[in-house]
Amino acid sequence: MQGLIDRLKALLADGTVARVIGWKKGDMSYNPTPAIFNSVEDLDEFVYDGFCGANLSKMMIDATKLEGKTAVLLKPCDSYSFNQLIREHRVNRDNAYIIGIACRGKLDIERAKATGIKGITEVTGTEHDGADTVTFKTLYGDKEVAYNEIMLGRCYMCKGKEHVIADEVIGESKDTAVVDRFAQVAEIEAMSSAEKFEFFKKELSKCIRCNACRNVCPCCSCRKCVFDSTKFDSQQKANVDSFEEKMFHIIRAFHVAGRCTDCGECSRVCPQGIPLHLFNKKFIKDIDTFYGEFQAGKDPEAQSPLTAFTFEDVEPKIVSERSKG
Amino acid sequence: MPMINGEFRPKIVAFCCNWCSYGGADLAGSSRLSYPADVKIIRVPCSGRVNPMFILRAFERGADGVIICGCHPGDCHYSTGNYYARRRMTLLFSMLEYIGIENGRTRVEWVSAAEGVKFQATMNEFVEKVKSLGENVRLGDLRCKD
Repeated sequence: MQGLIDRLKALLADGTVARVIGWKKGDMSYNPTPAIFNSVEDLDEFVYDGFCGANLSKMMIDATKLEGKTAVLLKPCDSYSFNQLIREHRVNRDNAYIIGIACRGKLDIERAKATGIKGITEVTGTEHDGADTVTFKTLYGDKEVAYNEIMLGRCYMCKGKEHVIADEVIGESKDTAVVDRFAQVAEIEAMSSAEKFEFFKKELSKCIRCNACRNVCPCCSCRKCVFDSTKFDSQQKANVDSFEEKMFHIIRAFHVAGRCTDCGECSRVCPQGIPLHLFNKKFIKDIDTFYGEFQAGKDPEAQSPLTAFTFEDVEPKIVSERSKG
Repeated sequence: MPMINGEFRPKIVAFCCNWCSYGGADLAGSSRLSYPADVKIIRVPCSGRVNPMFILRAFERGADGVIICGCHPGDCHYSTGNYYARRRMTLLFSMLEYIGIENGRTRVEWVSAAEGVKFQATMNEFVEKVKSLGENVRLGDLRCKD
């Protein structure tokens, strides 16, 4: 990590960039928060470890409107989101300096806590070049857990460790994919209608409409969202009627269909642990089957499947025919 | 369950394109081709006008089935509207099936203004299908509320 900090300091010192978007220490050692560093001194607080799961590309929408270049640290999966933002003309590429950083999968503190770890005071071994085991210092003694046992769900179905866009890449990533990206979706598809409905009803009933999924999503970058009401201030974010409340996640998934890069941030930030990526993945899977393999954000020139068509497209009745056969 | 004379009568919402299916429905009417009165037609300027939210809203408000009728591919009054609709509806129907809404409740059919007979046949068939599936109780309460 020291090499990375030195490089960032050099970039700030020689004026190549005016600011750096990265992570700084949080109040606990397992919750670093995204931060903007304006000077070399600020960088003393900089941190990059296994808990830096946040996708910083969305912060570039505002940052690239400022004067001077902004350096941003993007993991391989985040670089897809950045490409997609270029595609949608939401960021100014000329004002961005992209530093691709290595990733060996990111950690999920909830998964660690689920193994019975309580009263955490310090976590070590989470750095990129750290050990294969993570050590939790707790009020009840030390505990060790294998790094690859407590990663974020999305990292087990990682879509690749290659940066699709970067001005420079620092470090070497390690592959973490062990399961098929669409295994969970296929599992649900195999259920009966009643089971599917019960599953989603149970999950979606946990939603508290905090809008965290919407606010973190790099695709949800509309200045005015359909879910904002005309009311004043914080009331603006309250749902207008029960329809929105019930259908929020389906509508949102449809709005990002064909643009979602499958970064998995929605599921990561959900305070209620709703597997929201299941909606997005379903659309991606369908698009892949019906209209050919498409990875949003891979190519900033590619046209989204939902804003295009061919004369030979499948008819909607394929949905019922498929489930029969 | 809305019963009339001991028989279940579903609520069907049909989004019909002004330039074709709406004319097709007109032709069915003036040709005295009867189709069930359970079908409530909503005229839209193009099948491409049908926002996926319209369909969700219809289901939430108690529709038992939703059918979208547009011009045959290649015949769109606005050249390409129905091509976009075709992709959108394919994905939406697949999603609805994924969350547990039987796919028999949704359908897209291309009906031209000259196809009064096809309009009648489609509606009869669709109403029968939805009747066999029974009342749609699901999308109204996707969340355990009220």
